Amino acid sequence: MNVEELTTVKEFEALYIADKDQIIADGYCGDLLSDVMANAPASCVLMTIQAHKNTIAVASLVGISALVICNGRTVAPDMLEAAREEEISLFTTDLNHFEAAAKVLALLGGGDAGTR
Amino acid sequence: MQEIPINTVTSANVVLELIYRLKIKDVMSTALITATKETTMREIQQIMRQERITGLPIVMGKRLIGLVSMDDIIQALDKGYIEEKAQDHMSSNLIILEDDMPISFAINYFDRYRYHRFPVLNKDKELVGMITNRDITNALLIEINREVEELEKRSHRVEGGIISEEMYTYYIMQNDFENAGHASTEIKKRLKSASIAPQIVRRAAIASYELEMNMVVHSTGGRLIAKYDANELTITAADSGPGIEDVDAALEAGYSTASEWIRSLGFGAGMGLPNVQSVADAFDITSSPKGTTVTVTITLASGEENDNER
Repeated sequence: MNVEELTTVKEFEALYIADKDQIIADGYCGDLLSDVMANAPASCVLMTIQAHKNTIAVASLVGISALVICNGRTVAPDMLEAAREEEISLFTTDLNHFEAAAKVLALLGGGDAGTR
Repeated sequence: MQEIPINTVTSANVVLELIYRLKIKDVMSTALITATKETTMREIQQIMRQERITGLPIVMGKRLIGLVSMDDIIQALDKGYIEEKAQDHMSSNLIILEDDMPISFAINYFDRYRYHRFPVLNKDKELVGMITNRDITNALLIEINREVEELEKRSHRVEGGIISEEMYTYYIMQNDFENAGHASTEIKKRLKSASIAPQIVRRAAIASYELEMNMVVHSTGGRLIAKYDANELTITAADSGPGIEDVDAALEAGYSTASEWIRSLGFGAGMGLPNVQSVADAFDITSSPKGTTVTVTITLASGEENDNER
């Protein structure tokens, strides 16, 4: 799937789209940035509550394509700015990690566990 | 054809271009100290001493009418007319330069006439500055430096793939979350531009980011040094204290001394150093109250197909 398909999730609000054709091959949930660094796959969408610019730095360093800030957390203005600079697409949602991940999984064509 | 002390056919274009592009008005000093024809030679001598200059232009309004040099002062002392006015003893047969001539003219004049300074006039024949060899040397140094920087930047971009003996130092400040990640981003960019395999770039990014974060969170500040050569990247994180009390514990996953606030930002989960260790090809840590130094080596060409494109 690509970033554009994430915009079809009605619970996701797009704050910034870097490149709508960018490939999203996987997903990851995590609020521990060290864990995200160590384990998030490249070209993934990350579900997290860490709504600050260090998350963008981590995403950029490990090659995360898009972020979904969960639980309705407010994105700091400098985070949005950093997302633009680093060209990482940024979404917010009122869903929690689990619910957001289910939406992403459905788009990825997964759902073995019946999440669809 | 004027003479300048470099070969105009084979010399580097940059330097030639500079001495033709830079105008005398870009280089001359415009803070003029002048005297009039009524000023006595004695007064001129005192001005020269106070201002530490060796020649003083004599003006009438903005018009240059003469010049009194140290040599003229010595003559005046020798021949006993030091109390007399400048008008009778100044040099009035002057060699001047114009402000929009290229500095190649000035270089040529200094070579030809052996004077230490030349007055500079504008189109309206008004005195607008003085030029010395020092002015030219300084201006050239600054300009050459700028040009070389530009060239270096360009050659980095062109070379891209080749890394050899490069070293960069990044200064990390305590609690500077704002800029945390800068060094790692630079390192990542450098490796990418050298077409290093993505998996290796990612390992380097993880190691440098964790080390950078560690210094931001735990230390009183320090340096992150990235040293590249053809086969490996060495990252050294050296901080100025307070040191890690129990290094063995710090290397265990889950051990953390971070504050609640740091944890709420998603750091300080006790995964930093273990993460670094797991991505490093070689890892070393020493710590004392005076500071902690972590050295990480990442092999750049480990058979993970990174040079079959060239």
